[in-house]
Amino acid sequence: MYEKDGERYYVVDGHIALWNAGPDNRNRFGEGFIKCFYDYHRNLGPAEYLWTFEKFAKYSEDDLLHDIFEVGYADHAIFQPTYLTDFFPAGFNKVEQDAPLAEKYPDRFTLNGSFDPRDGDKGLAYLESLHDRYNIRGVKLYTAEWKGDSRGWRLDSPESARFLEKCQELGIRNVHVHKGPTIWPLDKDAFDVADIDGAASSFPELNFIVEHVGLPRLEDFCWIATQEPNVYAGLAVAIPFIHTRPRYFAQIIGELLYWLDEDRILFGSDYAIWQPKWLVEKFVDFQIPEDLQSELGALTTDVKKKILGLNAARLYGLEVPAEAGAVAASTDNPAVGSGPVSPT
Amino acid sequence: MITAEAVLDALSGVRDPEIDEPLTDLGFVAGVHIDGTRVAVRLRLPTYFCAPNFAYLMVADALHAVQALPHVTDVTIALDDHFASDEINGAIAAGAGFEGAFPGESIGELGQLRDLFTRKAFTARQSRVCDALLRGGRSLEALAEDRLSALPGTPDVTRCIALRDQLGIDCSPGAPAFVLADGSALDAEGLARFLRVGRLVRLSLEGNAGLCRSLLATRYGIPDPEEAAAA
Repeated sequence: MYEKDGERYYVVDGHIALWNAGPDNRNRFGEGFIKCFYDYHRNLGPAEYLWTFEKFAKYSEDDLLHDIFEVGYADHAIFQPTYLTDFFPAGFNKVEQDAPLAEKYPDRFTLNGSFDPRDGDKGLAYLESLHDRYNIRGVKLYTAEWKGDSRGWRLDSPESARFLEKCQELGIRNVHVHKGPTIWPLDKDAFDVADIDGAASSFPELNFIVEHVGLPRLEDFCWIATQEPNVYAGLAVAIPFIHTRPRYFAQIIGELLYWLDEDRILFGSDYAIWQPKWLVEKFVDFQIPEDLQSELGALTTDVKKKILGLNAARLYGLEVPAEAGAVAASTDNPAVGSGPVSPT
Repeated sequence: MITAEAVLDALSGVRDPEIDEPLTDLGFVAGVHIDGTRVAVRLRLPTYFCAPNFAYLMVADALHAVQALPHVTDVTIALDDHFASDEINGAIAAGAGFEGAFPGESIGELGQLRDLFTRKAFTARQSRVCDALLRGGRSLEALAEDRLSALPGTPDVTRCIALRDQLGIDCSPGAPAFVLADGSALDAEGLARFLRVGRLVRLSLEGNAGLCRSLLATRYGIPDPEEAAAA
């Protein structure tokens, strides 16, 4: 629980990982991948939170518990696995890597699963086994994952539909999708979010949380989310801009509130790239600059409470302590009423 | 004689198709080497995993731009430090096309992708032009009546007209100043709706450009251009 100026904020970190990108578990692509993550870490985080590359590649369970809960204000955190076994032979952040910690602190963690439609029947059986073993309530998908000669997959394919049907059948309701930068086919836009549209229409009972709010295709993401009520914005990767580019972040959050609404935006630190402590502190203190408020509006305390934890609590059925002061859901927030035109 | 300045000038005409800015401004040109009539250019990108299709387009466009210079007989363009450097460099050198670089992984060449991003670039650039005029006191109603000849000669307007031309939109002085990316006209109400979306596209493009510059600076240990400008 984070407290500031007499207000209490229930915090759910919607996007964390316990990855292993150590030197004994990466090939040249894995090295390129973790170095790319590290450049994001170095570039967008405050200096006092920077790690060495060695620690960044492989950190401990104690680091995670300390950074997320002891100092990070989170009441609850959601593990979002990313397999990447073509880059990291033993897996980058598989369910099985996160599971020991999640099982040790069941009230603190939600453990999400994952699937890859290219795995076919074997993949379906694996998804079922994850559900039976860990009672998963959500999955994290990475459509740009390499597998053999393939450089990615689409969420609106018949192969994917089988897996989404299985999710629906098993009660796995939250589908977190991470986009880019490579996806099949390579001649199309690698960050294209259009496949979310088809999947969200076909599976109205599932919630589709698009991580990093579709950046760098914010316009395409907003265009889809404004039409599909079961599409959500995950702030992982977008929220750190609050530090280096606060005005850019103000525009992003303002646009999300305009095209979606305050009930469909979720906080996530993307730990260990960034830490929730400074993100939560800065977000609670944040306001949209005055000269942008006439167009983008202002952030209220209630909106911040929803984004930081109450929205994720609703999606995952987490119990929010009474003192966190539950706020009312917004009522009159249909999709943008002005008759949006197609962005391009 | 071929000079590095001439090569860089040619490369300044090549843009990152995703963010519509010149490679030279983005810091993507890592080096130019001239040996008589042979020119070798090295390009670099902000991350190891930058999208291979855009990377390919930039390498191909750079090749054509330098080949067009007088006296040049031989051009090599090499992309550094990218997961697909070998595939892209090899396919460009062999003239094998994008499908030749990634056999089986694409279902066509890159014309549609380029066209999509030309439309985005146009939408973003035109909204910037429009917003500048609104800030200067013009009304939406007046802007909806404006003709191309009434626009000021700013770099944004020049770029806007170049993008119109690429998209096959009427660029004559009497053509409407503000149109949709498919060329259709906009009344004041339509222009207001266009701006709501155009600003969002602009936010995506400009945010992405800023991030690319910063990540490139971090990756190669060069001064962050934004920090340098602020200092």
